[in-house]
Amino acid sequence: MQTDSEYQTDIKMGFKNLINSKKISALFAAFLLMGTGTLFAQAPAANAPAADSGSEWLGVGYYVLLFLLVCVIVAVIGKILKIYELTLKIQGKKGINWNNFIGIICLVFLIAGLYGAYWSFTVQGQEILPEPASAHGVKIDQMFWTTTAITTFVFIITQILLFGFLFKYRGSEKRKAYYYPHNNTIEKIWTIVPAIVLTVLVVFGFFIWRQITNTTEVKGDINIELTAHQFAWEIRYPGADGKLGESDYQRFYTTTNNLAVSPEDKGSYDDLKADTLVLPVGKSIRLNIHAQDVIHSVFMPHFRLQMNAVPGLPTFFKFTPTITTADMRNRLDDPSFNYLLYCNKICGGGHYNMQKVVLVVTPAEYRLWLSHQKPYASDLVKKEWKIAEAGKKAGTGDNKIALNN
Amino acid sequence: MSTLAVQDHSVSHDHDQEHHHHETFLTKYVFSQDHKMIGKQFLITGITMAVIAMLLSILFRIQLAYPDKSFPLLSTLLGRFAPNGRLDPEFYLSLVTIHGTIMVFFVLTAGLSGTFSNLLIPLQVGARDMASPFVNMLSYWFFFIASIIMLSSFFIQKGPAGPGWTIYPPLSALPKAMKGSELGMTLWLASMVLFVASSLMGGINYVSTVLNMRTKGMDLWKMPLTVWAFFLTAILGILSFPVLVAGVVLLIFDRSFGTSFYLSDIVLNGKLLPYSGGSPILFQHLFWFLGHPEVYIVIMPAMGISSEVISVNSRKPIFGYHAMVYSLIGISTLSFIVWGHHMFVTGMNPFLGGVFMITTLIIAVPSAVKTFNWLATIWRGNIKFTPAMLFAIGLVSFFISGGVTGIFLGNAALDIPLHDTYFVVAHFHLVMGSAAIFGMLAGVYHWFPKLFAGRLMDEKLGYLHFWATFVCAYLVFFPMHFMGLDGVPRRYYAMTEFPAFNHWLSVNTFITWAAIVAALAQVAFLYNFFHSIFFGKKATQNPWNANTLEWTAPIEHIHGNWPGEIPTVYRWAYDYSKPGAEEDFIPQTVPLSQTMSSNQEHDFEDNPAGLEQFNEWVKVNRPNEEVK
Repeated sequence: MQTDSEYQTDIKMGFKNLINSKKISALFAAFLLMGTGTLFAQAPAANAPAADSGSEWLGVGYYVLLFLLVCVIVAVIGKILKIYELTLKIQGKKGINWNNFIGIICLVFLIAGLYGAYWSFTVQGQEILPEPASAHGVKIDQMFWTTTAITTFVFIITQILLFGFLFKYRGSEKRKAYYYPHNNTIEKIWTIVPAIVLTVLVVFGFFIWRQITNTTEVKGDINIELTAHQFAWEIRYPGADGKLGESDYQRFYTTTNNLAVSPEDKGSYDDLKADTLVLPVGKSIRLNIHAQDVIHSVFMPHFRLQMNAVPGLPTFFKFTPTITTADMRNRLDDPSFNYLLYCNKICGGGHYNMQKVVLVVTPAEYRLWLSHQKPYASDLVKKEWKIAEAGKKAGTGDNKIALNN
Repeated sequence: MSTLAVQDHSVSHDHDQEHHHHETFLTKYVFSQDHKMIGKQFLITGITMAVIAMLLSILFRIQLAYPDKSFPLLSTLLGRFAPNGRLDPEFYLSLVTIHGTIMVFFVLTAGLSGTFSNLLIPLQVGARDMASPFVNMLSYWFFFIASIIMLSSFFIQKGPAGPGWTIYPPLSALPKAMKGSELGMTLWLASMVLFVASSLMGGINYVSTVLNMRTKGMDLWKMPLTVWAFFLTAILGILSFPVLVAGVVLLIFDRSFGTSFYLSDIVLNGKLLPYSGGSPILFQHLFWFLGHPEVYIVIMPAMGISSEVISVNSRKPIFGYHAMVYSLIGISTLSFIVWGHHMFVTGMNPFLGGVFMITTLIIAVPSAVKTFNWLATIWRGNIKFTPAMLFAIGLVSFFISGGVTGIFLGNAALDIPLHDTYFVVAHFHLVMGSAAIFGMLAGVYHWFPKLFAGRLMDEKLGYLHFWATFVCAYLVFFPMHFMGLDGVPRRYYAMTEFPAFNHWLSVNTFITWAAIVAALAQVAFLYNFFHSIFFGKKATQNPWNANTLEWTAPIEHIHGNWPGEIPTVYRWAYDYSKPGAEEDFIPQTVPLSQTMSSNQEHDFEDNPAGLEQFNEWVKVNRPNEEVK
């Protein structure tokens, strides 16, 4: 008896709260309408320069009210649930079976999630990078698709098992769990199988990685120097001799000779300066990468190419472009397409816009383009180099004395 | 093993009681030396920091979703950091940096380990408190000061540190390189030094408590997986955090005293600076020597918590307890030799890259073992869907989803096009961000009665919180994989400068709204958490019918944890649904002699006398069975 009356008072209280909540929700609905009204009224006035100082709060205020309304709805639903469960209890019935309820949600989530993943793979999966435009990129992509196949399989199977088990073995008072503390055979199997699969992936990955990175400079490589600084790229091509003049920042940097090219190297004098990274298709390119201030990163995703530009530590990346820009435009059916070089290591406020156009052209077009580029050693640079040379000759004796000290 | 256990478990209890009476507000709530109170301090500070870091992420998500739109409110709130209603590009980087720093260090390291190692190690190994309560208190206050310093950088002229949470020099070493490298960076470094000090003091305490203060019978192989995880995490922290300090100190030297540890041939604003001979890559080696173990410092406690919660709520022993411990040990050991996988494209010797690739992919094996063991644990279980259980399951799901993409990134060849793209963002937010925070939330829901004397959190709100957060986390991070595969770089203030990225704008807007919903779902948690502290349903002493020691301690917190003697431990923590037992759980404190009907031969592995007794009992009581 006592417990019954307790429940009843509880219920009364519950209903009372419910009614209160409804009042509150009505209140919020009214607020909401007012909010919308003011918002709309404010919209045309937004262009007016003399909008009052608090007006920027209105839009947010509207969303806050909306959120509060959601909170109220949640609270009301919570109360209804509580009352429903209490009523069931009074009638001597069992309450809501939450284990069943959540078990079913797990199943729904599994199905919806698998569909979502499928949708993502098919729709967003269409929007990823096009085929690789470099020789090594093809190998990377093969590796990528193999790994994707294996991991997607594992991903789907394990998620199905996880949420499937949750649904299937959702709690019940009638059942007892199966005491199963260990099974060495099974454990060995699922240690060894992943180990074998990973070994295969590691071995293939290792060989591809070595092929890409373990490169030596051979005759006929086109050396191009890329120098990064906040927030732009400088490009230097070798001249007729095919060699980039050496550089040394400690000795030769000036604002004019901003790539610190050495006048002592005969190869420096015919080097060329360029605005666009133009590459001949099918030729082996060696990018010599420098940075002047902070770390940047040469990122050319269409070529599956990335290498950091580190101050004081020259790096390089050797690759062979295989698809010209014109060809890629045809394949993608996009006449405005361009290969791009981005910076991909956080380098300061302008990091998000540090790009260079990369043009891949036929060797003939490349030679023609190259013949139109200006020499790096402009008159100003040459003048500076001469002064430095003269100064050095004059000062040689002193230097020696200084060194002896 | 048991020789290590401390036997004096009847510590002068009268003294403790006496001590209890003299507590003032200051000694009880502020400068407390009680591990339970310190755990709560870590938790509430951690939650506060998490909310702040989450709000920061919403700010930069708004920028990514609406790069061309002006929000006058932002100017009102942020002033010079958001001129004309749009975030300043450098402030955007500061937001990203501080979001990462707070989440990784302040929430998932200190908030997670600090809370649960403190709360659970003494309670689960059967100790009256930490080995050194005073150092434990210092640990919290160093953490608190570190938090204050980190947050204070929002109130200085140039704003907080901005070179990313990895603070690679030279960007972080040259104050002129960006606003975020000026005073904000100095504060970041100061904060981190204090943070590491806090972390070390905590870690040393955890290790010494686990090694020296276990109750009678609690040998290492009877410890719950939570304690194993906290223990190994603390060892990782002790071995790796000092290396970060070394790196940070050298960076401070470069910034302030003109040394060239990380700097060489620097030209800034058209001037050659007088640095030569240093290597920026050296910093990356030092940073990632901590940084990689750090991600395991973040995930392992969460794994331990989930293992425990999954076992309790499946009413089944954790499958392959030994394998679970060995895989934790394997992960801990390997985590020290994989750091180079963050540096494949730095120009590091490519041969070294190959070696790091091999070690990195090996670490996937123990991780896979753990996943399969969790699956085997819920198989044929009798699953009770408490909110804690749901969050633990969430961890498993995220760990799988984020773990498989690790196989791409650990592969040096595949890392070339994926490095520093949104693919990486998706990967680590799932595998260590979402997974670890879900492990932490599982712990909060599960041990709430131990944190706040005998109160429970509301289950229904917990369900709402879980499903909203779980679904939204997937909606946020799943599409990012595809952005990464399209070569979209991370840490870009806006994608608008690249027409090729225009087709991701709608996805970015979608992600932002999913993130906002996820953030709002945390209101359900915060309300539930703070409301339940005061008005939560009263819990029984052992509300989940769990086996571990903490549930034998009285509901009301007392200094010293147990009145009278500390209970003795007779069995492992996972005797759930043992055939022959009356209940579906047998606490660790129940001797085998009281459970003859459910004992198995396996229970007497190191105990020949017990086995003989058992065999005799079987002969008498089960004459049909053949005695082996």
